[in-house]
Amino acid sequence: MCLECGCGRLTPVKIDGIPAGTQFVSIPRKDPRGEGLPVPEPAGAHPPRELQVHEAIFAANDRQAGVNRRYFRGSNLLVLNVVSSPGAGKTTLLSRTIQLLKGVARVGVIVGDLETDNDAMRLRATGSAVVQITTATLCHLDAKMVARAVSNLDAKTIDILIIENVGNLVCPAEFDLGENLRVALLSVTEGEDKPMKYPPLFRFADVVILSKIDLLPHLDYDREAALSAIRRVNSKARIFEVSSKSGEGLEAWCNFLKNLSSARG
Amino acid sequence: MHEVGIMESVLAIAERQAMVHGTRFIRSLRMRVGVLRGVAPEALDHAFVVLRTGTPAGEARLEVDYAPARFWCAVCGKEFETTSQFGDCPVCGTVSHDIRGGMELELVSMEVD
Repeated sequence: MCLECGCGRLTPVKIDGIPAGTQFVSIPRKDPRGEGLPVPEPAGAHPPRELQVHEAIFAANDRQAGVNRRYFRGSNLLVLNVVSSPGAGKTTLLSRTIQLLKGVARVGVIVGDLETDNDAMRLRATGSAVVQITTATLCHLDAKMVARAVSNLDAKTIDILIIENVGNLVCPAEFDLGENLRVALLSVTEGEDKPMKYPPLFRFADVVILSKIDLLPHLDYDREAALSAIRRVNSKARIFEVSSKSGEGLEAWCNFLKNLSSARG
Repeated sequence: MHEVGIMESVLAIAERQAMVHGTRFIRSLRMRVGVLRGVAPEALDHAFVVLRTGTPAGEARLEVDYAPARFWCAVCGKEFETTSQFGDCPVCGTVSHDIRGGMELELVSMEVD
């Protein structure tokens, strides 16, 4: 049974292997509405009338994202939502980032996949606390899942929380998780015009990282075209060009995170 | 994308509103969907037809206003409308990122008994 509303429906989502909704949640999720509703009258009791609703469809997720955001701020956490297509190099980049930030900033991770805890295992090898969300079928993470996963971390022991989203360039764009920074990763093997093919995701990114630049000698890659494509949909994103393999560009990226994290106090 | 998830949310909101206003019969639902949300009209209609069965909106009509994208051109000093995903000013050609409209996704109103 779902402990939150008592419904019999078990969500297939699991947090570190345990079905979501069965563990204590430290971020409050109480919906203050819902008490004292009137009894419905029989059909035809009134002439037809129009009700003005004006409710945004993502209101529920946005509300939870707002609760998450306040919790993160209260815990002095810098929170990243990292998105990309599958295989762009998120997990490897995050492993390298955590290693380079050792002694400077403590990093906690929430990683989302449909199945397996392979990424969590890889990231735990850095010594960081990592929570794995397995969604079974869902193609993106939402604010509620993140709220549940955060309950498995001790916010007092970390400075930066990185959320590695499900590999997907379409769906995560719609779901605010409560993050401070949305980071879109794009590898040089994916072609230069991806940002224009997937506007929603790149449009609202705060940072765009071009990854796997160690492979450039093997590719006919037009760097100017790639940067242009990003700027076509996003004039403000900070752009980093990195290789997790060779280490190129990682110092600039980690310094950027260091500065943001210490600015939070 | 996510037309099914969106329609589930719309029906949940509508059902709740119907309950609050003491009615069990919804005649129509009016949504506003901006073109920048990436919603496919056929998929939305199909999701509605499939999901409304057995709900107070079981025989309701779905009306959707697709709102155009509106951008602000800083060079011309005014807004322009476009049905494309990109903010290229039709007057001066400057690329704008200042979105003023087209991101709507809401249940505007509903007609009930």
